[in-house]
Amino acid sequence: MFTVLLAIGILVVLSLIFGGILGYAKVRFHVEGDPIVDQIDALLPQTQCGQCGHPGCRPYAEAISNGEAINHCPPGGQATIQALADLLDVEAIPLDGDHGTETAQRVAVIREDECIGCTKCIQACPVDAILGAAKQMHTVIADECTGCDLCVEPCPVDCIDMVDVGITAKNWSWDKPQGVAAQSLNIIATDRSTEVSQ
Amino acid sequence: MQTAQVFSFHGGIHPEENKTQSLQLPLGKPSLPKELILPLSQHIGQASVPLVAIGDQVLKGAPIAANNGLLSSHLHAPTSGTITAIESRPIAHPSGLSDLCIVLQPDGKETWTELKPLPNWQQLDATEVISHLADMGIVGMGGAGFPTQVKLQGAHKKPLSHFIINAAECEPYITSDDTLIREKTRELVLGIELFQHLVQAEQVTIGIEDNKPTAIAALNKTLTECNSKIQLVVVPTKYPSGGERQLIQLLTGQEVPSGQYPADIGILCQNVGTCVAGYEAVYLGKPLISRITTLTGKALNAPQNVDVLLGTPVAHLLAYADLQEKQLNRLIIGGPMMGYTLDSAAVPIVKTTNCILAANKKELPAPAPEQACIRCGMCEQACPASLLPQQLLWFSKSQELEKAEHYNLFDCIECGACSYVCPSSIPLVQYYRHTKSSIRDAREAAVKSDLAKQRFEARKARQDAEAAEKEAKRLARQQASASKAVQTKKTAPATKTTEKSALNASNSEAAPQINDTTKKLKVDVAIGKSKLKKLQKQLVEAQEDERLEDISALQLHVSEQEKALVELETELAKAVKANPTKKPSDTPDNSVEKAKAPANDALKKAKIDAAIAKAAVKKVEKALKKAEELQAPEVDAIRQQLADAKKRADELEKVLDNPSPSTPPTEQKPAVSAAQLDLASQVKKEKIAVALAKAKINKLNKRLASSPEDAETVSKDIEAAQQQLVQAESLLATLIESQHNSQETS
Ligand code: SF4
Ligand code: SF4
Ligand code: SF4
Ligand code: SF4
Repeated sequence: MFTVLLAIGILVVLSLIFGGILGYAKVRFHVEGDPIVDQIDALLPQTQCGQCGHPGCRPYAEAISNGEAINHCPPGGQATIQALADLLDVEAIPLDGDHGTETAQRVAVIREDECIGCTKCIQACPVDAILGAAKQMHTVIADECTGCDLCVEPCPVDCIDMVDVGITAKNWSWDKPQGVAAQSLNIIATDRSTEVSQ
Repeated sequence: MQTAQVFSFHGGIHPEENKTQSLQLPLGKPSLPKELILPLSQHIGQASVPLVAIGDQVLKGAPIAANNGLLSSHLHAPTSGTITAIESRPIAHPSGLSDLCIVLQPDGKETWTELKPLPNWQQLDATEVISHLADMGIVGMGGAGFPTQVKLQGAHKKPLSHFIINAAECEPYITSDDTLIREKTRELVLGIELFQHLVQAEQVTIGIEDNKPTAIAALNKTLTECNSKIQLVVVPTKYPSGGERQLIQLLTGQEVPSGQYPADIGILCQNVGTCVAGYEAVYLGKPLISRITTLTGKALNAPQNVDVLLGTPVAHLLAYADLQEKQLNRLIIGGPMMGYTLDSAAVPIVKTTNCILAANKKELPAPAPEQACIRCGMCEQACPASLLPQQLLWFSKSQELEKAEHYNLFDCIECGACSYVCPSSIPLVQYYRHTKSSIRDAREAAVKSDLAKQRFEARKARQDAEAAEKEAKRLARQQASASKAVQTKKTAPATKTTEKSALNASNSEAAPQINDTTKKLKVDVAIGKSKLKKLQKQLVEAQEDERLEDISALQLHVSEQEKALVELETELAKAVKANPTKKPSDTPDNSVEKAKAPANDALKKAKIDAAIAKAAVKKVEKALKKAEELQAPEVDAIRQQLADAKKRADELEKVLDNPSPSTPPTEQKPAVSAAQLDLASQVKKEKIAVALAKAKINKLNKRLASSPEDAETVSKDIEAAQQQLVQAESLLATLIESQHNSQETS
C-alpha cells in the first residue's frame, strides 16, 4: 500500500514540476501572431490586387492557413504556388483560372493631359503609388506600382493604362537551354529511322 | 628581382590556344568610321547621363556623358565631330537588344580638347588622383568593366598585402593584352607604379602566362632599366589562370573565400589595360577613348590587333581585317570560352571589348545536341572554382534555386571549363547563367514585394488612425452640442456659433439687429469660412468612405465656397478701408449683401440637391446594370426609378441653370461677379460632364465589342450617351462664350 501511495505521490510531484515548466515556457517563449501565416504571407507577391477574392495578400495568407487552396493568386503564378506547396508540404496544383491568368509584369501609366484630378485612383491604390491632389494632374510612381489594376476601373475618364514592363538590356536574362533534345534521345541510328518512318 | 613561388589552382583545361594568328601583323590603326556609336551603358552599373544634345560640336576627349551613381562612369568623345543622334541602337550584349547610344559623326580633324594631366600627382592626395581617374572614365578593361575608382576605394578597406597585375590573358585567340605589353611597356610600368602609389601594397606582382615570351622579355628589360621593385611571375599556361581568383591563388596561394572580394583578404587585382589607361589619364590627361582589340578568326584574311576608338562599329573593323563574308559562321565578342554570339555587326566597340572572333564553320561548329548527364565527374575535375557542376546542373534543371545557391553557384565564374570537358555536351554555363538570373530576379521580386507590403501596411495604419480620429471627434462634437443645447436654452440666441444654426439665423435674420456694414460682412466671412470647413470635412469623409460619386460634386462646392469667401473678404477689406466710421443707416451695400447671401444660399442648396440627385441617378444606373447582368426580374422597376431620378436631377439642373427667379435685384457689380463665378463653376462642371460622357461612350463601346449579344441595347445606350455628349459640349461652348462676354462687359 505504501509503495502505491509513494508512486502516486512521486507522479503527482513530477506532474506539478513539468506543468510548472511548461506553463513558464508558454509565457517565456510566447510568439506573437501566427508564424505560419507570416511565412505564407512572405511568399505571396504583395500585389494586394484582391484577385484571390480577399482584400489583400495577408487575408489570403490567413485563408490558406485555414485550408483554402493555394492556387488563387494570379500575380504570383506558378512560382508562388510551387513555393507555397513546398512550405506547406502539399502538392503544387496549376493556377485556378477563375481568379485570373498569370500576366507579364505591368505598371499603370496615367495619360496625364486627360486626367481631371478626381483623386479616385489614389483612393483605389493599395500601395499609395499614385501622386496627385484634387484637381491636379495625377501620376504613377512606376517603381512603387505593383501592377494590380485596381486604379483602372475607378477612373471616370479612362485615362489609366496598364503597360507591360518591357525587356531591356538591364533586366534581360539568359534563356534556359532546351534540355535533352528529342533528337538526341534517338541518337542510336535505328531509333532515328523509326522516328523518320513515323 | 627574385623568382617567386608559383602555386596552382584546382581544375583548369588546356584548349587550343590559337593565339599566333593575330600576332602576325603589327598593331593596326583603322580609319575613322562614318559614325561612332557610344552606348550610355558600357558595363555593369547604371547608364551614364548624356551631357550633349543633338547637333552639338564636340572636341576629341571632351566629356559627353557623366556618371550617374556609384557603378557608373564618365564617357568622352573619341574624336572631334557632331552629335547626330541620341537614340536606341543595337549594343554588344548577349541579348542582342538595343539601348540608348550617343551617335557621333567625326569631322576628320581629330581636334583635341584641352588636356588636363596631373603632373604633380605624387604630391596629391590619393583620393584626388582617384577622382581624376574617375573623371577620365577609367574602368577595368579586363572583364565586367568595374569602374576603377570604386575598386581603388574598396582597396582601402584593409592594408594591401598584394597588388596583382593581371597579364595572364588565358582565353584562347585573344592577344590584345600581349600586344599592349609589347607596344606600351614603359607606360604600363609607369601606370603600375602610379596605382601602387595610390594603394601602397606590400608587394606588386605581374602575373603572366608563359605563352607570351616576347612580352615577358620586353617587361623584364624595362623593369631592370627602371630598377623597379615590381615582381614579374610567369605562370604555366592553363585556362582560366586569368580569372581574378585563380590568378590570386596562383601567385599567393590564398583562396578568396566564397562570397567575398579580393579586397577582403588584402589583395587588389588590376588588368594591364587599366594600368596603361591610368598612366595616360594622369601623365597625359587623356581620357579613355580607345583600346586595343584583337580581330581574329578564320573568316578574316588579315587577323590582327588594332588600336580602335570606342564606338567604332564592329562591321567597320571586320572590313578593315578583310572579312570573307562567305566563310563567316559565327561572330563572337570576347573569346570562344566566355564570349557571346553577336546578332549584328552594327554594334560598337565599348571599353571592355577585348576581342572580336569571326569564326568559320570548322573553327566553331554548332554545339552537339545535349545528352543526359552520365555523372562521369569530369566537370568537377575541370572546375577551377572547385564547384560540383553536375550537382548545380541538377538544381538548375529543377529550378531549386536555394539549393543551387547553397552549392555556391555564385562562385561560378562562367569560365566554361565544365561545358568544354562534358562528354554529354551539356551547355552547363548557360544553365548556370539562367539560374543565376532567376535567383537575381527572385531577390529583386522579394525586395519589391517587401516594399509593397510596407506601403500597404502603412496605408492601412494611416486609414485606421484617421477613422479613429474621426470617431473621437464625432463623439466630442456630440457631447459638446448636447451641453450647448442646454446652454442655449438659457442664453440668448448665439450670433457667433459656427454651425448651421448660425447660417440659418443669419439668413432668416431681419436686418435691424445688425446695422453696421463691416460687422455684417465679418459675420458673412465667418459663415463662409465655417461653411467651407464643413464642406471640406464632408469631402474628406467622402474620400475616406470612398463615396466616389459625391467627391467631385463636393470638390466643386469647396472651390466655389473658397472663391465666394475670397470675394467676401476683399469686400470686407474695402468696407473697412472706405468707411471705418460709417453710420449704420446709409448703406446700400448692406441690403445688397443681405440680398445676396440668401440668393447664394439658395443657389448652393440647389446645386447640392442637383449633385445628390445625380449621384442617385448614378447609383440607380449601377443597380440597373447589375440587375441586367444578373437578368433579375426587377429590371423594369429599377428602370422606372432611374427615369424618376433622372427627371428630378434634370429639374434641379434647370433650376440651377437659370438661378434665382426669386433673387432680388441687386446692384450691378456684385451681381456680375457672382454670375461670373457661377459661370466659371458651370463651365468646369460641364467640362467634367463632357469628359465623363466621353469615357462612358468608350466604356460602352468596349462592352459592345466584348458582348455582341446585347448589341442592340448597348448601341442604343451609346447613341444616347453620344447625344448627351453633344448636348453637353454645346452647352459648354455657350457657357464659355457667355463667360467671355460677361468678362468683357464687366
Ligand atoms: S498605381 Fe494602379 S496598378 Fe499600380 S499599384 Fe496602384 S492601383 Fe495598382
Ligand atoms: S482617376 Fe483618372 S481622372 Fe481621376 S485623378 Fe486618377 S487618373 Fe486622374
Ligand atoms: S561532365 Fe557532363 S556528363 Fe560528366 S558529370 Fe559533368 S555534367 Fe555530367
Ligand atoms: S563554368 Fe562555373 S562550374 Fe563550370 S567550370 Fe567554370 S567555374 Fe566551374
